[in-house]
Amino acid sequence: MIRITLEPLDPQEISGLVRQDGNGAVVTFLGVVRNSSEGRSVLYLEYEAYQPMAERMLERISREIRERWAIEDVAIAHRLGRLMIGEISLVVAIASPHRKEAFEAAQYALDRIKYVVPIWKKEVFEGGEAWIGSGGEGYHHS
Amino acid sequence: MRVSVRFFALYRERAGTSQVDVDLPEGASPEELIGRLREVFPSLSIDSSALVAVNSEYAGRKDTLHQGDEVVFIPPVSGGQA
Repeated sequence: MIRITLEPLDPQEISGLVRQDGNGAVVTFLGVVRNSSEGRSVLYLEYEAYQPMAERMLERISREIRERWAIEDVAIAHRLGRLMIGEISLVVAIASPHRKEAFEAAQYALDRIKYVVPIWKKEVFEGGEAWIGSGGEGYHHS
Repeated sequence: MRVSVRFFALYRERAGTSQVDVDLPEGASPEELIGRLREVFPSLSIDSSALVAVNSEYAGRKDTLHQGDEVVFIPPVSGGQA
């Protein structure tokens, strides 16, 4: 299941989508808005996506997980718009019969999301704002 | 031919718009499109490290564009939060 939405994410609901009787392990990752970045006090984040491509890339990541680990039960949800401190921006839920594959696949999904999915965030902090890119590198202007 | 360029994030702010149609010679590449955009939006400044997407798929800067293509220049993609 792939979802990109302005609505708040419910991790319970999303991990419920991957729970099956044959799965003994469910790994659920939450990306949460932090209150500081590089020593700055963050006020809020703004997420923006090139949505058709972002959905296509998330589908591709799900397919890659299916091919590498034979895991069918993958749910990835990303929120867009303005998110305040403590809100959930990303939920990745992966279920498999055993935990090892679920953890590996979740780690893989998160790494891939970071590199191939066109979703950007703007940090708005006290005294300025910055678009943040992968690896913490960004374009800073205030 | 005419292509549609969509701007996101930093490039949207620099261009001051989220979309523009651009007329190009047949067979032009994203690289040539960048040159044209530089004339239209002097403050846009698309980085040499920016990636290119054509019709929601990653593409090369020297690829051939076609009539009606949707082109997006991708500034660095957002990272995770944890």
